[in-house]
Amino acid sequence: MLHADSERSGIPIVITLNGKQERLEVAPWVTLLDLLRGPMELPGTKKGCDHGQCGACTVLIDGQRMNACLKLAVTLDGAEITTIEGLGQPDKLHPLQQAFVDHDAYQCGYCTPGQICSAAGLLNEGHAQSRAEIRELMSGNLCRCGAYTNIADAIEQVMGQSSGERPDRNAPNKAFPGKGFKEAAE
Amino acid sequence: MKQFSYIRAENVAGAVAALAADPQARLLAGGTNLVDLMKYDVMSPPTVIDINRLPLKDIETLDDGSLRIGALVSNAALAYDPTVAERFPLLASALLAGASPQLRNAATTGGNLLQRTRCYYFYDPASPCNKREPGSGCGAIGGVNRIHAILGASASCIATHPSDMCVALAALDATVEVEGPDGRRDIPFLAFHRLPGDEPQYDNTLAPNEMVVAIRLRPDHFAANHSYLKIRDRLSYAFALVSVAAAIDMKDGGITDIRVALGGVAHKPWRDPLAEAECAGKPANEATFRELAQRLLAGAQGQGGNDFKIPMAERTIIRALTQAANGTPQVQSEKAIR
Repeated sequence: MLHADSERSGIPIVITLNGKQERLEVAPWVTLLDLLRGPMELPGTKKGCDHGQCGACTVLIDGQRMNACLKLAVTLDGAEITTIEGLGQPDKLHPLQQAFVDHDAYQCGYCTPGQICSAAGLLNEGHAQSRAEIRELMSGNLCRCGAYTNIADAIEQVMGQSSGERPDRNAPNKAFPGKGFKEAAE
Repeated sequence: MKQFSYIRAENVAGAVAALAADPQARLLAGGTNLVDLMKYDVMSPPTVIDINRLPLKDIETLDDGSLRIGALVSNAALAYDPTVAERFPLLASALLAGASPQLRNAATTGGNLLQRTRCYYFYDPASPCNKREPGSGCGAIGGVNRIHAILGASASCIATHPSDMCVALAALDATVEVEGPDGRRDIPFLAFHRLPGDEPQYDNTLAPNEMVVAIRLRPDHFAANHSYLKIRDRLSYAFALVSVAAAIDMKDGGITDIRVALGGVAHKPWRDPLAEAECAGKPANEATFRELAQRLLAGAQGQGGNDFKIPMAERTIIRALTQAANGTPQVQSEKAIR
């Protein structure tokens, strides 16, 4: 049994971060979020509420989306962690990143890394089959700019791609009944 | 967050021994509630015992047909387990009504039982709260109390238990398996959580040196007629103002067994098995459901800000039982209530 007191605070852990193995010493009270944004220099994961309410810090831990603000890093020895920086690259975007660009699925962009990591988790889980289910299963990610409609559109597009269908961009726009996507945008 | 000593337990005996060695220590599993409370300095355990490596992650069907759920099974793994979905859909539905996908991936079965109230005064160390600091008073009585209890409250505390999962487990008469230095014992679900009385600092009947190791569900007969109906201020990712876990067993239109557990209204999931028993033989219709609802709420008392919960609870009970009787349970991704 590992036992560490606050006098000797550094506890050794090994994690795989965005595909790379990292040997670290962490104090027990450091959250994964602070570890990522501080020592690991990966500021893509955002700190919004820091209490598990907004989803801005969503990352994938062993493939499952979780709030990095509520995970103590010391509990993650052996875990595989993927952040927005590991999901895609500027010259090779993840399909979700491309879909968010295509659909203008943000305004200020602060919640976007968490939205995209959460959507990646949602696709892995495979429980969302309809727009209503996408909306319910993305409810752990708040967007104060209110880009929800476009976020759901972006995720729907990627779900359509993975099942071999592409949504019709000229189909009636759900937010503006009777108008196509382009007309609604104008 | 205050600094603390960290212990990583490798087995249940080690965790129980560490707990026995320091009654102020707290067990850490998913962290979704404890880490949050530690950040607010609402809980500041000197020692945190990490139990994430304990072998309590299985869902198994026992020889007698019971389902045994390990304390570290995540809320998401439990909600989407095929056996749970088929045999205990009421439990799956309640789980999916709670929290967010990220939290359900991290939160565990045992942790869900042990989560603390979301009373605003409990969460605010600058306010008096008998649960957080015994003897300091209650800010909610006479304060802002929209989310507070209408049943079983005391002059010391009007907090509610926030869980959805536990409301379903109460309706299903689950058993809580706990382990302490003297071995294992079973606690019937309705005896696990407690009413506040004059000791609201105790949420449940677990001894300080015991830990939850599993939940057991007996083979039952509520897979067809059930519903979990949750009423809240926004349509997703919010705690219940009132929630109802309803289950009915019927024969020729008459009730043979009926269960109603209420969430968001008391310090524990609220049930009245005597009132339920008196429904046996009656028709499964609105008149019966209304009578049962009124029996359940007979002692209900508002605090001013939450008076609306009393008529809301009556209507929610009737609607959930109607959904259950019709075989049309509330679908959690569908926001319309039918």
